[in-house]
Amino acid sequence: MMPATLVAEQVLNGLQFGVMLFLMSAGLTLVFGVMGLINLAHGSLYMIGAFACAAVVSLTGSFWLGLAASLAAAAAAGALVEMTLMRRLYQRGHLDQVLVTFALILVFSEGTRWIFGAFPLYLDIPPSLAGTVALPGGLDYPLYRLVIIAAGLAVAAGLFQLVSRTRLGMRIRAGESDREMIAAIGVNIRALYTAVFALGAALAGFAGAVIGSITSVEVGMGEPVLILAFVVIVIGGIGSIKGALVGAILVGVTDTMGRLLLPALFGTFLEPADAAATGASLASMLIYLLMALILFFRPGGLFGKVA
Amino acid sequence: MTPRIASAAVALLLLAVPLAGTVMDEPWLITLATRVAILGMAGVGLNLVLGYGGMVSLGHAAYFGIGGYVAGVLAHHALEGDPVLLWPVMLGGTDSMIVIWLVAIVSGALLALLIGCLSLRTSGVYFIMITLAFAQMIYYFTISWPAYGGEDGLPIYLRNSLFGLDTMDPMTFFLIVFAVLVVVICLVSMVVRARFGLALNAVRQNETRVRSVGIGGFRVRLVAFVMSGAITALAGALFVDLNRFVSPSMLSWHTSGEIMVFVILGGVARLWGPIAGAALYVFLEQVLGSMTDHWQFWVGLLLIVVVLHARGGIMGFASGQRSDDG
Repeated sequence: MMPATLVAEQVLNGLQFGVMLFLMSAGLTLVFGVMGLINLAHGSLYMIGAFACAAVVSLTGSFWLGLAASLAAAAAAGALVEMTLMRRLYQRGHLDQVLVTFALILVFSEGTRWIFGAFPLYLDIPPSLAGTVALPGGLDYPLYRLVIIAAGLAVAAGLFQLVSRTRLGMRIRAGESDREMIAAIGVNIRALYTAVFALGAALAGFAGAVIGSITSVEVGMGEPVLILAFVVIVIGGIGSIKGALVGAILVGVTDTMGRLLLPALFGTFLEPADAAATGASLASMLIYLLMALILFFRPGGLFGKVA
Repeated sequence: MTPRIASAAVALLLLAVPLAGTVMDEPWLITLATRVAILGMAGVGLNLVLGYGGMVSLGHAAYFGIGGYVAGVLAHHALEGDPVLLWPVMLGGTDSMIVIWLVAIVSGALLALLIGCLSLRTSGVYFIMITLAFAQMIYYFTISWPAYGGEDGLPIYLRNSLFGLDTMDPMTFFLIVFAVLVVVICLVSMVVRARFGLALNAVRQNETRVRSVGIGGFRVRLVAFVMSGAITALAGALFVDLNRFVSPSMLSWHTSGEIMVFVILGGVARLWGPIAGAALYVFLEQVLGSMTDHWQFWVGLLLIVVVLHARGGIMGFASGQRSDDG
């Protein structure tokens, strides 16, 4: 029997992971919903955010300046890429979009390695957020991770407000349902596309900076997260922000709990070493199996239109 | 140049490089040409679904990798002398290339059947993301499964054997690979010209019309997908024999992207296109790699320019016409 505090701790870790996945998925799903673009280089924007934060922190010593830099750098890189490249791809097929954004990953990853070198950078948690908090039930949980959960949920709430209540959000929704029409009624569609892309990029950059301080900041850190974000979007339904939130938390919690529970489950009838190996291998596949299951019953995802 | 002559030129060039390598006593040229032939073969598999069938699979590393692991695991067990399976049937390892190829083809086909059944229910971006995600699932499985080296991979110390030939000799191995490649391309050529190939082409262009004349679009796509997986798995088995090493990196999504790049650089829906594409990629890797550590940066830039401005790839350029990729 495993202690309840361990389970609770892992649930919170899963929630924290899910909230960060949401920040990545929200940008991807917005860009796809509005512009019909599949952007493999979204993970590079995550990496740029993390590197910008690490660079500014090592210069100024302030985590908060670093965080602002991560937002600014990722948004700027996103806007630049949108204006120079992505714009030419909206009318092209998905194949061209995949190829160009795959090539962009090579450029961004190798470019970052050129500037910062091949070794990972380390980013410390800001001192004001270090330490643990005693939660009811006798669980000591890192304050920083709790703040991540709160910040992620706040950003999600803000994003919902933005999309449902503001003029920009109205245009985004209009763009999702009919691109030609909103251009015809006089909305500056080019500026809207750049704004949406930069917004998605900023969310990814923010996630990169925040996660970079718990893991490490290195070239290629964005790709595993990108692929998980794809899984999230497939589960939630492409273009749906609500789907991205539900999918992200589902994936985050399933992955974290699978890694805790599956080895224990196999331990009830296998040798400990075998149980650990089998459990770990199966846990690494669990979210993809979840995706396959959801696809089987709902090919369009939980909140998507049928593909 | 007509497409036929362009194809012949690619095939002859691929034969000429290792011959030159032998004459000039530069065996690394032979190995390089073998690499091109094998990577190109993986591209030939992808081309069947991507070029002829219009299905953008970003997960072909899965088939490349499973073929590789078939070769690695069977050879490993043959060397250790312990069986692969005890139950339900006793199954030993083998170092026979023919058996390994057959097992690789069947495994690749079965995996493609499984993934295809799920992913072909969707289309467009969903299909891209789902094929990528399933390939990633198998990638993580090979990393976390410790029996065959996990993340470190599995070396095999000797090349597998074929009819008592000296497969460790670079030229012999190249000729084996080249012969397999020619057979595969001939088969693909027959498939795309047959009624099935016409149906596949028609499904790519307009599935509704195809259905209205009584051909099931899903079934046509699935069969093409299974054949494609089998070919790429065969290439994977040969790749492991070339390197005498298999590791999860064969399954990483960069491999999927690279296989796709071979197809695009060469020209989609061209029989020898992926070989030309793989040749250009390996050439760039060697030339740029000798000049700078950051060659991937320049390959990326070049690829962006090619996709934006030079559609039709090498074969389209060489034969003076654009391919009908649509």
